[in-house]
Amino acid sequence: MNVALFVTCLADHYFADSAADAVRLLRHLGCTVTFPDAQTCCGQPAYNAGRNPEAVRMARHTIEVFEGADAVIVPSGSCATMVKKFYPRLVGEATALADRTWELGEFIVHRLGVTALGDGLAGRRVAIHQGCHALRELRLESEPEVLLEGAGAEVVPWEADDECCGFGGLFSVKMSAVSAAMADRKLDTLPPVDWVVSGDGGCVLHLKGRSRARRLGIEFVHLATALWRGVAGDGGTTARKLAAPLAQPAAAPAARDR
Amino acid sequence: MRTRINEYTARATQAIRSEPEVRESVTGATLAFDRKRRDAYTEVDADEWRRWAEAVKNHTLTHLDDYLTQAEERLEANGVQVHWAADAAEARDIVTTIADDGLVATAVKGKSMLTEEIDLNPALEAVGIEVLETDLGEYILQLLGEPPSHILGPAIHKSLQQVRDLFADRLGSAPDGDPDALAEAARHVLRDAFIHADMGITGGNFLVAETGTVALIENEGNIRLTTSLPRVHVALVGIEKLLPRMTDLAGFLQLTARAATGQPIGCFVSLIQGPATQPGDDGPEEVHVVLVDNGRTDVLAHPHAWEALRCLRCGACLNACPVYRQTGGHAYGYVYSGPIGSVLDPGLLGLHEAMPLPFASSLCGACFDACPVRIPIPELLLEWRREAQDQGLTPWKERAALAGLASVATRPGLYKLAGRIGARLGGTGAARALPMLGEWARERALPKPSRRTFRELWREGIE
Repeated sequence: MNVALFVTCLADHYFADSAADAVRLLRHLGCTVTFPDAQTCCGQPAYNAGRNPEAVRMARHTIEVFEGADAVIVPSGSCATMVKKFYPRLVGEATALADRTWELGEFIVHRLGVTALGDGLAGRRVAIHQGCHALRELRLESEPEVLLEGAGAEVVPWEADDECCGFGGLFSVKMSAVSAAMADRKLDTLPPVDWVVSGDGGCVLHLKGRSRARRLGIEFVHLATALWRGVAGDGGTTARKLAAPLAQPAAAPAARDR
Repeated sequence: MRTRINEYTARATQAIRSEPEVRESVTGATLAFDRKRRDAYTEVDADEWRRWAEAVKNHTLTHLDDYLTQAEERLEANGVQVHWAADAAEARDIVTTIADDGLVATAVKGKSMLTEEIDLNPALEAVGIEVLETDLGEYILQLLGEPPSHILGPAIHKSLQQVRDLFADRLGSAPDGDPDALAEAARHVLRDAFIHADMGITGGNFLVAETGTVALIENEGNIRLTTSLPRVHVALVGIEKLLPRMTDLAGFLQLTARAATGQPIGCFVSLIQGPATQPGDDGPEEVHVVLVDNGRTDVLAHPHAWEALRCLRCGACLNACPVYRQTGGHAYGYVYSGPIGSVLDPGLLGLHEAMPLPFASSLCGACFDACPVRIPIPELLLEWRREAQDQGLTPWKERAALAGLASVATRPGLYKLAGRIGARLGGTGAARALPMLGEWARERALPKPSRRTFRELWREGIE
C-alpha cells in the first residue's frame, strides 16, 4: 500500500527519530512510504488562535501537497485532527483529504488491521497519555493500548491518562502557570513505569519540559518509537538491523466502516 | 456586577502559586463530581438523552417569544405576578419594590446564580432588608463575604478544616466537628431564619410554558422551605429557562441531576404552581416571577454564541475542565466561570469585558462530552477567539508571529531554511529570546530540537 507521510512540523524538528521510526514501522507492515517534500505545518497554531485567514492558507497548501496520495499518515493525533476535522470547517474542498488521512495508530489498527506486533516490549511497563484531539475529536481511545499490548508491553492504568496535559499550543504560553499546573496533575499521579507513551509530540514536549524542569527523570517515548522497538526487538541497535522493509504486504486489511 | 475578568491570567497564576489548598479542594471535588456524572451517564443512553435535550432547547430558543407569552399567561392564570426585567438594575428595582410593598424586613434565599449576576443582595441590604443565604455553601460564603466559586458547589474551594474553623469562630460549633455536625450548626441558624423570614428568594431551574410552573432542583431542602414558609416568594428566572411542556420537564429534571451530581434526580424537586388560594392553605400569600433578560436577547441574536443559552447551569463542564480544576472559579472574575463562563460571559458582557476568557482553554473538549445539552464549547471558544482577533483584542506580537508562521509555512523553501536555523539555535540560550519560548521556559525545560530534521534523515535514507 502506498502511503504519504505528513510528518508535521513538530516531529520534523523535535521528533525526527520517532518520525523515522514511523517510516520503519509502516514499511515493516508492507507500506511503501513517500514524503512529499513541499509539506510544512498543518496550520493548527493559527486555527487555535482564531487566525482563520492564515489557517486557511496553510490548509490550502497542505491540501495541494497531498493531492493524489492514497493515504496520508500523520504521527500526531492533534495534527491529524486538524486535517480530518478542522480543514473541512475552513476549506470546502478539504473533505477528500480528510477522508484519506489517518493518525498513525488508527491506520495500523483500522486500515491495516494489525494489532500483533511481536513481543519486543515484553517486560516494559508503560503508561499512555491520551492526546485530547485523538481521544475526543477522532474518538481514538483503545488504539494505543491495543498496539502497545500487541507489542508485548504491560500498560499500567493511570488515573489521569485521559486528562489534558495543559499544552494547547499558544495556551501554554499565554496561561503558562495554569498550563504547568495541569502538567503537574498528570506527572504527580503517574504510577511507576518505564515509559510514558503518547502519539502526540506536542503533549510530549510539554510534559517532558515540565518533568525536566522538576527533575523527575520520567522517560517519554513517542508511540511510533515504542512500537518500532516492539517490532524490532527492544533497544535501538537491533531496530536498525531489522529496519529493512518486508516484501510481503500485511494481511488483507478490513476496510473500516467509518 | 463589576467583573475582574480582565485580571484572569494574573489571578489564576496567583491562585496556583500561593493558594495550593484551593487547587487541592477544587481538584478533589470536581474529579469526584465528574466521576459520578460519567457513571450516571453510562446508566442511561446519555447520548440519546443529550441529543433530545439539545433539540428541545433549540426549539424553545427559536420560539422563545411565543413560549414567554404563553408562560406569562399561565403564570398569571395561576395567580402569580409576572415582572419583566430588561437588565440587572430593573431586576433589582423590581425585587426591592416587592419587598417594600410587602413590608419585608428579612429574606431567605435559595442558591441562585442569577441573583449573583444582578447583585441582588447588596441592593436589598441597602434598603435595610436582612438577607440570609440558606444553601449551605452559599451560607459559608456569605459569612466569609466571598462570591461563589462554582455554579453548583459555590464553596467548592473551601476545605473541611476551613469550614470547621469558620463555624467554630462564628457559630460556636466544635472545632473538630464532622460534616454532619457542621451542617447541624448551620441548620440551627437557618431554621430560625426560615420561620421568621417575610420573603423567600430563589432562582428557577425551569419554567414550563404550558402550565406556568417554576421548577427548582436541590438536595438540602432549603429551597423547599424558602418557597413555602415566607409570606412572599420571588423567583428570578432567566428568559432562556423556558421549557414548552410538562413532559419535557420530566426528562430535564433527570438529565440535569445526572449531569450535575450523578443523581437520578435531585433529592427535592419543587414545582411552584402559584400562591395559597384558601385561608389556611400552605404556601406563600404572594408569588412573583421576575423574567430577566440582562443581555440574553443579545446572546440569542449572536450567530454562534446563542448555543450557550441552552445551558442548564449544572456545572458539569466545570467539573470536567482541567483548566478550572487548577484555580476554581474566583480567578475567572465573574459569576459564570469555567468553560461555560468562557463562552457565555463574552455574550452577556461584551467580548472586551470578557477577555481573555476565550483563550483560557487548551481546547481539550472534555466540557463538550460532559454537557447535557451538547453546547459545542470548544467551537464557541474558537468563534470568540476569531472575533477577538478581528477586533484587535490580542497582543500584536502574537498576531505577527502567526502571520509569520503562515508566510513561512506556505513557502516550502523558506520553511526548510527556518527549520534548519531553528535546529541550530534551539538548544542554545538564543531560543529564550523568542517571545513565545521565553515565557514557556520559565516553568519548563526548553525542548531540544533533533540534531538533524526528519527531512535531512529522509534525504540520507532511512533504514
